Amino acid sequence: MNQAAPADTDADPAASGPILNLNRISLAFGGVTVLDDVSFDIREGEIRAIIGPNGAGKSSMLNVINGFYHPDDGTITYKGETRARMRPDQAARQGIARTFQNIALFRGMSTLDNIMTGRNTMMRRNFLWQALYLGPARREELEHRAHVERVIEFLEIEAIRRVPVGRLPYGLQKRVELGRALAAEPDLLLLDEPMAGMNAEEKEDMCRFVLDVNDEFGTTIALIEHDMGVVMDISDRVVVLDYGRLIADGSPDEVRGNEEVINAYLGVVHD
Amino acid sequence: MEFLESVTITPFVQIAADFPVFFGEVVFNGLLTGVLYSLVALGFVLIFKASGVFNFAQGAMVLFAALTLVGLIELGLPVWLGFIITVGAMVALAYLVELLVLRHLINQPDIILFMSTIGLTFFLEGFGETLWGSNVKKLDIGVPDVPLDIAGMLVNSFDLIAALACALLVAGLAFFFQYTPTGRALRAVADDHQAALAVGIPLKKIWIIVWSVAGIVALVAGIVWGAKSGVQFSLSLIALKALPVLILGGFTSVPGAIVGGLIIGVGEKIAEVYWGPAVGGAIENWFAYVLALAFLFVRPQGLFGERIIERV
Repeated sequence: MNQAAPADTDADPAASGPILNLNRISLAFGGVTVLDDVSFDIREGEIRAIIGPNGAGKSSMLNVINGFYHPDDGTITYKGETRARMRPDQAARQGIARTFQNIALFRGMSTLDNIMTGRNTMMRRNFLWQALYLGPARREELEHRAHVERVIEFLEIEAIRRVPVGRLPYGLQKRVELGRALAAEPDLLLLDEPMAGMNAEEKEDMCRFVLDVNDEFGTTIALIEHDMGVVMDISDRVVVLDYGRLIADGSPDEVRGNEEVINAYLGVVHD
Repeated sequence: MEFLESVTITPFVQIAADFPVFFGEVVFNGLLTGVLYSLVALGFVLIFKASGVFNFAQGAMVLFAALTLVGLIELGLPVWLGFIITVGAMVALAYLVELLVLRHLINQPDIILFMSTIGLTFFLEGFGETLWGSNVKKLDIGVPDVPLDIAGMLVNSFDLIAALACALLVAGLAFFFQYTPTGRALRAVADDHQAALAVGIPLKKIWIIVWSVAGIVALVAGIVWGAKSGVQFSLSLIALKALPVLILGGFTSVPGAIVGGLIIGVGEKIAEVYWGPAVGGAIENWFAYVLALAFLFVRPQGLFGERIIERV
């Protein structure tokens, strides 16, 4: 993939500035408080995990970040720009890509077409050109196609290029969804439970892809995951939510030792 | 007994006797009408796929487009200029529908959106007639209307040209949907709104595009129908004929709308000519609905529709 200027892979993420800063975010649906005064940041180039029990507000947090939900209170600073609300298509245009907990692929479309939609924000020719399917529009399509092929190769899904994704097994669908997000060459990649429902081997593959994306392209990643082994292994920093409140924020080791986190989520460690 | 014979045996004997020339003519005429049904049904499918709205106003859009075109021609404009301006009017209508109606109803239940299109129907019918008057108008677009002799079959030249134009439009749309990025974005929106938003597809722009395309499709249907039977209020009832087509073809399928339209067009012509005499005629008016009803029992999702399986 021709991501601009591969980030210095050895740089300590802790040393770089935040790409995203969430400041005192609150969100409620009717009388139910989903997020309560949550503040944390995501630094450029790091892998940031968001963990917590079911219903803690993790997915809502991602929805706030990519503009599906608009917080009732608080501000979001992304790439130095502060705002209270953003539309999802604007978020996508500014380099935020995501996957969903319950895979949200275009089921009737092929793997290739699904991943091509990830390039949508980069299509320059307007639809009249496309309707005529003349030179420039056609050339542009081919350029995007070449990029998508690199994504397909990276994720090792060459064999299913033409298969409608509705027919693929679950693990592969998750991979295609990651592919669609990667095709957008995101600066910030949001992954909502990328390994849920996978067997050990699929999880290993997915871990490898996540780490490679982070390493090779310097993509900042925020992920929600329930597999604590995975979270502690691959993330640089972890934030823990419980009932919409932030109860811990720090390195995997700090979080693991945090009393409140153990009570709320991890449970007592049996040695 | 005599009646039984007249519906089970006589029609087939007659078909065999008419084969191939007259029977061919019947089928051919059915296909020509069928292409028109396909076109109107296509307008429904486009909007239903992209925004999940069953657009009750599709028929009114046909009427409105035809009225506008006739009105402009009566003002002394050449046909081609009138056509271009009417296309502009349909795009403007699409824009206004998004701005004034759809935008405010995001995330509302489907039935609310459906009701809003009923409102739109009344508005378009009223507005069109206020602007252009309500008497029956003759639409002459300069296409010759003479009978042609093709391999012994008598075919109307206007019908033939109209069918070719419709077929071209349908093929063009199919290509646009399958092979262009905007087409891909449209299919993506049809498949999953939320995921489409997440990859940066602006929903509002897509809605304007599909409503515009549906408007242009309505205009073409309005021209053909209007030129055949005059531009009048009953044009907006064409939409009703599209319903059985949709049930047959499936509400979400572009090929379904095309094939469904052809089946109904041909089916009702054959029924009228060969089964009509046994029951006193006028089968053409209800045949499509009975066929659709039968289809609902056997294959409720239509020929090409997606089978909806809901987990309970």
